[in-house]
Amino acid sequence: MDRHRDSGRPGRAIPRRRRYSALIPKVLALIVVSVGALFILAPVFWMLSTSLKTLNQTLTFPPAWIPSPLQFKNYPDALTTLPFGTFARNSVVVSLTILIGEVATNSFVAFGFARLRGPGKRWIFIVLLSTMLIPFPVLVIPQYLLFKNLGWIDTFLPLIVPPWFGSAFLIFLVRQFYMTIPRELDEAAELDGCGYFSIYLRIIVPLSKPVLASVAIFSFTYNWNDYLAPLIYLDSPEHFTLPLGLASFLGRPGTVVPWHQLMAASLVTVLPCVLLFFFAQRFFIQGIVVSGVKG
Amino acid sequence: MARAASQARHPFLTRSRKEGLFFFIFISPWIAGFLIFLAGPIIASFYFSLTTYDVLNPPTFIGLQNYRDLTSDDLFWQSLRVTTEYSLISVPLGIAFALGLAILLNLKIPFIAFFRTIYYLPSVISGVAVAVLWMWILNPAFGILNWALWNFLHIRGPQWLFSEQWALPSLVLMSLWSVGGSMILYLAGLQGVPTELYEAASLDGAHAVRRFWHITLPGISPVLLFTLITGIINSFQTFTQASVMTQGGPHYATFFYVYYLWQTAFGGSTIDMGYASAMAWILFVLVFLLTIVLLVSSRLWVYYEGAERG
Repeated sequence: MDRHRDSGRPGRAIPRRRRYSALIPKVLALIVVSVGALFILAPVFWMLSTSLKTLNQTLTFPPAWIPSPLQFKNYPDALTTLPFGTFARNSVVVSLTILIGEVATNSFVAFGFARLRGPGKRWIFIVLLSTMLIPFPVLVIPQYLLFKNLGWIDTFLPLIVPPWFGSAFLIFLVRQFYMTIPRELDEAAELDGCGYFSIYLRIIVPLSKPVLASVAIFSFTYNWNDYLAPLIYLDSPEHFTLPLGLASFLGRPGTVVPWHQLMAASLVTVLPCVLLFFFAQRFFIQGIVVSGVKG
Repeated sequence: MARAASQARHPFLTRSRKEGLFFFIFISPWIAGFLIFLAGPIIASFYFSLTTYDVLNPPTFIGLQNYRDLTSDDLFWQSLRVTTEYSLISVPLGIAFALGLAILLNLKIPFIAFFRTIYYLPSVISGVAVAVLWMWILNPAFGILNWALWNFLHIRGPQWLFSEQWALPSLVLMSLWSVGGSMILYLAGLQGVPTELYEAASLDGAHAVRRFWHITLPGISPVLLFTLITGIINSFQTFTQASVMTQGGPHYATFFYVYYLWQTAFGGSTIDMGYASAMAWILFVLVFLLTIVLLVSSRLWVYYEGAERG
């Protein structure tokens, strides 16, 4: 990871003037990057600041960055105006159920692609990769009709069941990782009389915790934030997930938009993903690097 | 060895047959999912695209009528124009910003891990919450963007999402907020470019621009291809912004393709799953062709380090 281009290499005398001139690009870069970071952080801070204002304070110009007094009661208010507790519970149930399925299935299927030879494997793998190019909106109408026939509309099943059959991107991600595990381990286990299932469970899975963590994180953040599928499949408000609930907060025409409460609710919505990111940052980064650079 | 032993026990199930059988056992969940949720729906979708279907009554076969109707449907062309325009502007801009940031962060400046975290942060909070946040940021009267423009530059900001002219640029601006994801990819790509190449070029007297053009760009061209393809596919599926922030407006200025598709199939007053399926198929073919063109052209401009070594 850290094979940087290094201007001041050891063992070679560099004239002092050149060393200073080599600093200039770094200083400029630091300034540009810091200003950029302000642009990234300002919206986040603005969200936090608005969420602690009164409705009247949101409607002033110029806006105050640090409201006084801080109105913490926006949070309980926002969470009770609409049944946000219910939305949150639904989001947790849906995202976690999908997460378990995606970790289990994708790691299982990836073992087949990474470790076993079978007739037509090359072509099957190409088909798998090319399914990543199919936009979800192309599939959504026939899938909707399928689930309607099954009587699954307005339940969580249309959201939960398809991911349990694996997703091409995550299979690919896990397979890339499995390919880096030495085959000698499999062979040794095979000599000891292990079948493929126990090689998978006892050798490969225990060594794959980092990539399975990446899968879990991708799965969670994607499904936690997903909007189109819940919008299509869930009708009654008691089944809404957080994104649907947030959107319905906006959709009441004729009223002043309660931005302070909306920002409080948005913050609560994004908080799990942000916390997850801070605690598991390296799995996020590893995951996208493996999927992108080697893709 | 194990091979001989298993052959002796099962004369029919040779080692390679057994391995092949287990290959299919392991990938069977995906194959089932592929048939039920992908291949089946795609074929069904093509059939529905040849019908008119309001869900209440059974579908009626009308041949290619939907496709003919689409060619003279102004809203269809408008949605295609909006989506293409958004894609053509936001994807290259996003790549430029992500690459630029990655190059700066690759200069071994202090706090690199801190900056990487900050820039990546918006990528983990996509969706409705971000859309709602940006509606507030872009609020013409009380949002911080117009406040900042007035405070620092003495510019009276536009009406943003409420202006036919500025609504789409607003969404491009918002998309740039989350370039951190591809920035990480470029950073990894840059760090994979062999240091010796830069040293050799410097010794030959190649200045920074030449080094960028002849070493950096070819070195990261696989990442460029990847972000280009995923960027185009994603931008063609833009939906949340139109649905949550603008309802396609003002005056169809942000009437994205998938938003029109969704309206036709689920959200409008008159529902026609057949017509929407025809739109879905056109989207599928468009994205497919674009990807093929990019992949074929990539032979000319993407350089794989491993390929040369054979």
